[in-house]
Amino acid sequence: MSNVPQELKYTKSHEWVLAGEGGQATIGITDYAQELLGDMVFIELPEIDKELDAGDECSVVESVKAASDVYAPIAGRVVAINEKLADTPELINEDPYGEGWMFRLQIEDVSELDGLMDADAYEAIEGDE
Amino acid sequence: MTLKRTPLYQSHVDAGAKIVDFSGWQMPIHYGSQLEEHHAVRQSAGVFDVSHMNVVDLHGDGSKVLLQYLLANDVARLKIPGKALYSCMLTESGGIIDDLIVYYMDDEKYRVILNAGTHDKDMVWINAQLNDFPDVVLAERPDLAMLAVQGPLAIEKFSSLLSDKAADRVAELAVFQACEIDEMFISRTGYTGEDGLELILPGDDAVDLWQQLMMVDVKPAGLGARDTLRLEAGMALYGLDMDETTSPLVSGLGWTVAWQPEARDFIGREALSAAKQNGLAQRMVGLLLTGRGVLRSHQQVQFSDGSKGKITSGSYSPTLARSIALARVPSDVKIGDRCEVDIRGRLISAIVVKYPFVRHGQARIETEQT
Repeated sequence: MSNVPQELKYTKSHEWVLAGEGGQATIGITDYAQELLGDMVFIELPEIDKELDAGDECSVVESVKAASDVYAPIAGRVVAINEKLADTPELINEDPYGEGWMFRLQIEDVSELDGLMDADAYEAIEGDE
Repeated sequence: MTLKRTPLYQSHVDAGAKIVDFSGWQMPIHYGSQLEEHHAVRQSAGVFDVSHMNVVDLHGDGSKVLLQYLLANDVARLKIPGKALYSCMLTESGGIIDDLIVYYMDDEKYRVILNAGTHDKDMVWINAQLNDFPDVVLAERPDLAMLAVQGPLAIEKFSSLLSDKAADRVAELAVFQACEIDEMFISRTGYTGEDGLELILPGDDAVDLWQQLMMVDVKPAGLGARDTLRLEAGMALYGLDMDETTSPLVSGLGWTVAWQPEARDFIGREALSAAKQNGLAQRMVGLLLTGRGVLRSHQQVQFSDGSKGKITSGSYSPTLARSIALARVPSDVKIGDRCEVDIRGRLISAIVVKYPFVRHGQARIETEQT
């Protein structure tokens, strides 16, 4: 079984969101997603200051097996990216909710977070795939 | 359709395999990390379950003549019992129905190993040619399992399970040569670019052999690692690098076509001769990505003169830590030419290289040239 931390929010497309202070949110892909994709070999991250709408394709995670798009879970401006992923994409496999975080957004509208799934709802959809 | 399982299915599950549907079979794609399995084969020894492959025994008077007509390579080149030959089986128009390995046992007995994904059409095709050879008997061998033990330590580790006498026989095997010891067919072949063996044995014995291999620290390796290993080794994969729309001459497999003796007619010969005479428009080359990303099959390759090619199979090379590919390109493309590959709408730089990329654990191309 994959790990689904209670304190995070989730999307159907397997991103996780950690709401932080000052209206910022950290985003990555779930343990379930990394396991499905297998060994990561290349991560393409959004540019700093890029304005994203919810649902925008903004990153690509590429495993030995396949490339997969990552979508912005909520609207916002990119304020940080995890530069370590350029040389160590395997951090996403090893620690998807920690060292394997992907980017941080300055959220436009914090209430959008309420539209995301909680851990229980996400766990329920994992099994459907 | 129910998916088929090899005798080792439960062994895979017990070893933590992620199982996928592969050509109608439930096969292990990896056992946790495809990259670790890849490195284990390059540096030590790994074992692949390839029991899904189609083993066909051919015997009877006329077997040799049939195979000489059926295959683009010439089985008459095989003179020592157990000797193997790689060949394509072609359509009349020179397209590849399948690629295979054929073993010579004697003039009236051969063993052919074909792909799993092409099983049904292969058997239809071969059976159709049998009409003119009433004395040849085809026997499919679903009762057999096949394990590929590959890597620099593969033969040593496998041999440690044998009697001294049997180990001596294995040690004497030349490349592309098989022997039979008790009920096991042991061949010094593989699909990884490393030394190693392919073992064909009764399905009922497979679990036991698998467990013994685990005891001597041979790592289970899945189809994922098998693909990156064969790509680094520059070995073509049926369905991607070749199919019925491409001939061996544009698939990097011209060397497998036996033109001599000229008197030997084989299916597809006429079409290949004509294609060769007219001049081939394309050829296979290797690509090394110099920009960032991963090359994948079907991506378009663009050259500075505007001409275009296509990647037939691409991936990340764990040994080179770069992305590599096989690509079918215009025949005037040269080693060292620069090109751009369309990766999801962006043009990323690559360089044309000679493959194999890796053999016997060593990089064969200079990744620093870029």
